Amino acid sequence: MSTYNFDYLDELEAEAIHILREVAGQFEKPALLFSGGKDSITLVRLAEKAFRPGKFPFPLVHIDTGHNFQETIDYRDQMIERIGEKLIVGSVQQSIDEGKVVEQTGKNASRNALQTVTLLDTITKYEFDACIGGARRDEEKARAKERIFSVRDEFGQWDPKRQRPELWNIYNGKIHTGENVRVFPISNWTELDVWNYIRREKIELPSIYFSHQRDCITRNGQLMAASPFLNMDDDDIVINKQVRFRTVGDMSCTAAVESEATLIDDIIAEISASKISERGARMDDKVSEAAMEDRKKGGYF
Amino acid sequence: MNILKFFTAGSVDDGKSTLIGRLLYDTDSILADQLEALQSSNRKNDDGTIDLAILTDGLRAEREQGITIDVAYKYFQTEKRKFIIADTPGHIQYTRNMVTGASTANLAIILVDARNGVVEQTIRHSYLVSLLGIKHVVVCINKMDMVDYSESVYTNIIDRYKTLAQQLKLKDVTYIPVSALKGDNIVQRSARMNWYEGESLLHFLEKVDTDNLDQSQLARMPVQWVIRPQTEALHDYRGYAGRVLSGTFKLNDKVTILPSGASSTIEKIEFFEQAPEAAHAGQSVIIHLKDDVDISRGDTIVNASALPQESKLIEADLCWMDARALDTSIMYVIQHNSKTTKCKISEILHKVDINTLEKHQADEFRLNDIGRVIIKTADALAFDLYDDNRANGSAILIDSRTNLTVGALMFRAAVE
Ligand SMILES: Nc1nc2c(ncn2[C@@H]2O[C@H](COP(=O)(O)OP(=O)(O)OP(=O)(O)O)[C@@H](O)[C@H]2O)c(=O)[nH]1
Ligand SMILES: [Mg+2]
Repeated sequence: MSTYNFDYLDELEAEAIHILREVAGQFEKPALLFSGGKDSITLVRLAEKAFRPGKFPFPLVHIDTGHNFQETIDYRDQMIERIGEKLIVGSVQQSIDEGKVVEQTGKNASRNALQTVTLLDTITKYEFDACIGGARRDEEKARAKERIFSVRDEFGQWDPKRQRPELWNIYNGKIHTGENVRVFPISNWTELDVWNYIRREKIELPSIYFSHQRDCITRNGQLMAASPFLNMDDDDIVINKQVRFRTVGDMSCTAAVESEATLIDDIIAEISASKISERGARMDDKVSEAAMEDRKKGGYF
Repeated sequence: MNILKFFTAGSVDDGKSTLIGRLLYDTDSILADQLEALQSSNRKNDDGTIDLAILTDGLRAEREQGITIDVAYKYFQTEKRKFIIADTPGHIQYTRNMVTGASTANLAIILVDARNGVVEQTIRHSYLVSLLGIKHVVVCINKMDMVDYSESVYTNIIDRYKTLAQQLKLKDVTYIPVSALKGDNIVQRSARMNWYEGESLLHFLEKVDTDNLDQSQLARMPVQWVIRPQTEALHDYRGYAGRVLSGTFKLNDKVTILPSGASSTIEKIEFFEQAPEAAHAGQSVIIHLKDDVDISRGDTIVNASALPQESKLIEADLCWMDARALDTSIMYVIQHNSKTTKCKISEILHKVDINTLEKHQADEFRLNDIGRVIIKTADALAFDLYDDNRANGSAILIDSRTNLTVGALMFRAAVE
C-alpha cells in the first residue's frame, strides 16, 4: 500500500488531461476554442500539462466578436507569445461584412448570437473534427446534461435526445464526415474549483477579473460597461464604479459586479459567499428558461 | 478533501430528481438567481411549493413531460466533502442513460416509493448496480409522508429488498426512510420518524469511505499519446503519456509492454516540470523507459510481475444500448481504454430475465437487454476481470455503420 496526496483538484486535473490526450489520439484535426476567459485559460494550462515538452497537437481558435474587452485581446496575444502555439482568429466582423449575419439592433443588441455562425464557418473552413471548449456542467441546467464528448451534426446542432451513452472513462470519438465533436475537459469542475486551481497554479488572468474603476450604465438591473459597442441613449446615465467581471464574453452581454476584490483570495472569498450564479451575470441566459438549450441546438458552444 | 460520486436510480416518479433537488436546497447549494428562476417556473407541486425536480430536469422536453430523459450532473460541497451527483432517468426506455450516470459512480442511491414497494425497475436498476460493481448502495424508501411515516411499511419494504440484495450479492447496503418532498431524513434527521435510529442521508454520504483510488498491485497505464518534441534540444526525447488506471509505477520498476510483450524498466516519471518517484492510480503522467521499444497509442504498460490476461476470445456481460438489435453476423468495433479493434459477438450464452433474475437461452439482444456473451476480437486485448479491476475490465461496443455506442461490456473471463 502506498499513500499519496491526491486531492479533488488533482483528480479533476488528471481527468481533464486524460480527456485532452484522448482528443489528440482520436482526432485528425482538433482545435482548442480560446475565448480569453478564465475557463479557457485554465484549459491552456491543462494542455501544457498534457503535452509539454511537446507542442500542442492543435491550434487555438478565437472567435472574435469585435466587441471584446481590450484587456482580453492583450492577454491573448501575450499568452500566445509565451506558449509559442498557433492562433487562428475567426472574425464576426468579417461574417457581418460578408453578409452572412446581420448585426442586431436596439438597446439589447449583442454579437453573442452571431458568433455561432462564425464558429461554424471556421470549423468548416479548417475542417476541424473536434473542438475543445471550457464549458462546465455547473454553469447552466442544459449544460448539466451534456456529455464530455458531445457529437454535433453537420450543422453544429446538439440533439439532447440522441446523446451517446458515455461509459466509464471511455470516450467514443467516432464520427461521420462533416460531423464534429465538442469536447469539454472541465465538465466536472465548478466555478470555485476553477478559481482554486488558478490560485494553486498561480495562473495569470486578464486584469478585468479584478476590481477596477469603470464607467458603467445600468441595464435590466445589471451593470454594463459603457462602451461604443453598447447602444446607449439619453436615458442611460454613466456612472463610475468599482467593479470586476466574473465571466468574460462579449462587452455587450457581460455584466460587471461591484467588487473590491483585487487578489485571487478576495475573489474566492467573494464567490464562496455569493448568492448569485456566474451565469446570472450573462444577459444571454436571461431570455428564457431554455435559452441555453436552444442556442446549443443551434450550434452554440 | 475528496470527491464522492453517486447517482440516483429507481422507477419512474419514485422521486430521484426531487431528492437531489432537496439535497441541494437543504445544503444551501442553490443560488438566488436559480431559486428565482425556480419560483417563476410554472411547474409547481400541488400545494404550490416549488418543484425541486426542475433543478435537474434541464431539458425543455423533460420539464414539459415531468420526467427525466437524460443524466444531469450536479455539484455541491459541504465542509467534509465534494459531491458529484448524476441524476438518472427511471424510464426503462432510457436505461442506457442510467448506465452512463452509474458507470463512473462509487455509490448508488436507489429510491423506492413507499406506496409501491420494490417494483420491476427497482430490480432492474439493482441488478445493473451489481453488474457494474458499484461499491455502496443506499436504499431510500421515499414518500414516507404518503404512508403516515409508518414503520411497518418501511420494514416490509426493506425485508423484501434484503432478499433481493442477497440474490444480487450486494454487500454494502444501507436503508433510510425519507420524504424527498418534505425533507425528512435528507439533510436533517426527521422528528416524524423517531422509530428510525440511523442517520440522515447527507450525514451518511459525508462519511462513507470512498477510496476511489485503487491501491492494487495491478499497475497499468494505457498509452494515449507519444510525446516527441523533435527539437534540437530534445532530439531523443520520447515520453509515453497516459493515465494510470490502477496500481502504482515506481522508478526502476520492471514493466512489460502489451501486446508486443517487450520488457523494459521505468527510467523517469514526469509530470509537468516535476519528476516524481512514483505514479499512482488516477494520475495522468508521462513515463520514460530505459530501452528503445516500439510503443504507440493503444499499447499498455503494465507491471511485469502482475500481468493482465491476454485473449482474443473473452466472456463478458453485455448491456445492449441501441434501438437496432445486436447482429451477430456483422463486425463491431470494441474500444478498451485507448485501444480499438474489430470484433464480433460470436455467441450469446444467456440473457437475464429482469423480473426473475433467471438466465435463459436467447438468440437476440435488443435495447436494454442484459446477458452474457462471448466476444471475438481481431487483436488480442490485455485486460483484467471487471471485478478485480473495473478500469481495465470494461469496454464499449461501437457500431461502425452509425458510430453509436451500442453496448457496455464487463469482462468476466478469458476463454481458453
Ligand atoms: N408526497 C411526496 N411526493 C414526492 C416525494 N418525492 C417526490 N415526489 C413527487 O413525485 C413526483 C415525481 O418526482 P420526480 O423527482 O420527478 O421523480 P423521478 O424519480 O426523478 O422521475 P424520473 O426521473 O422521470 O424517473 C413529483 O410530483 C414529486 O413532487 C415525496 O417524498 N413525497
Ligand atoms: Mg428524475
